[in-house]
Amino acid sequence: MSLTAPLAALGRTVLSALALIGRVALYALATVSHLFRPPFYGREFLHALVQIGWLSLPVVGLTALFTGGALALQIYAGGSRFNAESVVPSIVAIGMARELGPVLGGLMVAARVASSIAAEIGTMKVTEQIDALVTLSTHPMKYLTLPRVLAATLAVPVLVAVGDSIGIMGGYLVGITRLEFNAAAYLKNTADFLELWDVVSGLIKGAVFGFIVATMGCFYGMQSGRGAQGVGRATKSAVVAASVLILAANYILTELFFSA
Amino acid sequence: MIELHNVHKAFGSNKVLRGVTLSIPRGSSLVIIGGSGTGKSVALKCILGLIEPDSGTITVDGKDVHQGDRDEFLARFGMLFQGGALFDSLPVWQNVAFRLLRGSLKRPKAQAREIAIEKLRRVGLKPETADLFPAELSGGMQKRVGLARAIAADPEIIFFDEPTTGLDPIMAGVINDLIREIVTEMGATAMTITHDMSSVRAIADNVAMLHDGVIKWTGPVAGMDNSGDPYLDQFIHGRATGPIEAVR
Repeated sequence: MSLTAPLAALGRTVLSALALIGRVALYALATVSHLFRPPFYGREFLHALVQIGWLSLPVVGLTALFTGGALALQIYAGGSRFNAESVVPSIVAIGMARELGPVLGGLMVAARVASSIAAEIGTMKVTEQIDALVTLSTHPMKYLTLPRVLAATLAVPVLVAVGDSIGIMGGYLVGITRLEFNAAAYLKNTADFLELWDVVSGLIKGAVFGFIVATMGCFYGMQSGRGAQGVGRATKSAVVAASVLILAANYILTELFFSA
Repeated sequence: MIELHNVHKAFGSNKVLRGVTLSIPRGSSLVIIGGSGTGKSVALKCILGLIEPDSGTITVDGKDVHQGDRDEFLARFGMLFQGGALFDSLPVWQNVAFRLLRGSLKRPKAQAREIAIEKLRRVGLKPETADLFPAELSGGMQKRVGLARAIAADPEIIFFDEPTTGLDPIMAGVINDLIREIVTEMGATAMTITHDMSSVRAIADNVAMLHDGVIKWTGPVAGMDNSGDPYLDQFIHGRATGPIEAVR
């Protein structure tokens, strides 16, 4: 084996990763560009809104409820080391609104929605339904991608807002039942310290995460290889890519919004 | 008139089409035969613009298929896909009327449904089928729905990709007869790709044999049995020995 073989392998990996990033970026740009060009398929958009938004409510709500409760317990336990138990309401609220609501909501939607979009579009591709769309004078990106991406971009911030509220409620329930907080004082503390920007920044993150989730689902679905294995690989890649991109985007957005 | 001139297409190192030259006169029915993996579907998808050839020209009525208004171009075509390619999320009638519910051929929903039911009737399906979903249909019924969708907008040119694959011989015969009747009745130009020799004899005016990426033989269906072409002879008689290697 040549001494340069490992370097060549590394180079190939880097080049293919860069090519993938380029393809994803072009795909995302093309999706956005279709937003400004007719036709717009309203029925598909409403269907996607129900699938992505409404049907994700239970999973996002339950995740937020348990996370808010656990967060209250952790902050109480940690805060008690330096007599700061009273910060539980404000930290739960700020933590849910800024970080945990959007990130966990985004990850749950990624698991549920990116996989389902990739599997659906991947199956359509291997059964020639995408080719059929083209022969029926319908652009697959307009008919399949744009409605899903737009619906996710609009629905995930709403899910995040609902998740934030449920998460704060979870913290509140644990606070008053397990940690002996006064109910009125807990609520007042939450309201006093939670700022509008805490909530708005989380909603902006939610919109970005929604865009990422649907774009990854559609992109990998369209790239799906043949057969069950191809669709399975596309589904897995969509969830992994969406999850990693959500965490990376979260860091970047946090830097942008909150670094001094 | 559909014309392919010296069309080449490769996928990586796999050269699928190596100079296909073919013409299909308006109103005629051409069947392309050839073994699996010889590039029949690729040739068909090149004409529709679903795949771009590496070189060569493809024209329909003298116009390059890759130039001009795509919607206008595709509105002239109907296509029956091998597996039906029906949209799972839509009921049968919306599959059939897909083109009539959106785009340049859009019309009121009630009218589109009426046309869909008429086309379903034309392919031998009852109006009750209209509200079923594709998953509720047998393979033969799915092919019929695919056929109804292909003819829904009264296209000038219809492509059939392996129309009888996966069907029992009786249902295959029914589909072949339907295709022949519909093509004749509509006066459409038809191009079919198949391995099924009973389809060839039922549907074709002319036959072209594609092998090794080139057209080995082309002529009227009546001349197929006495062509003297060893490739065509081996294929139509299903012989394991001959110029076409049995294991590819």
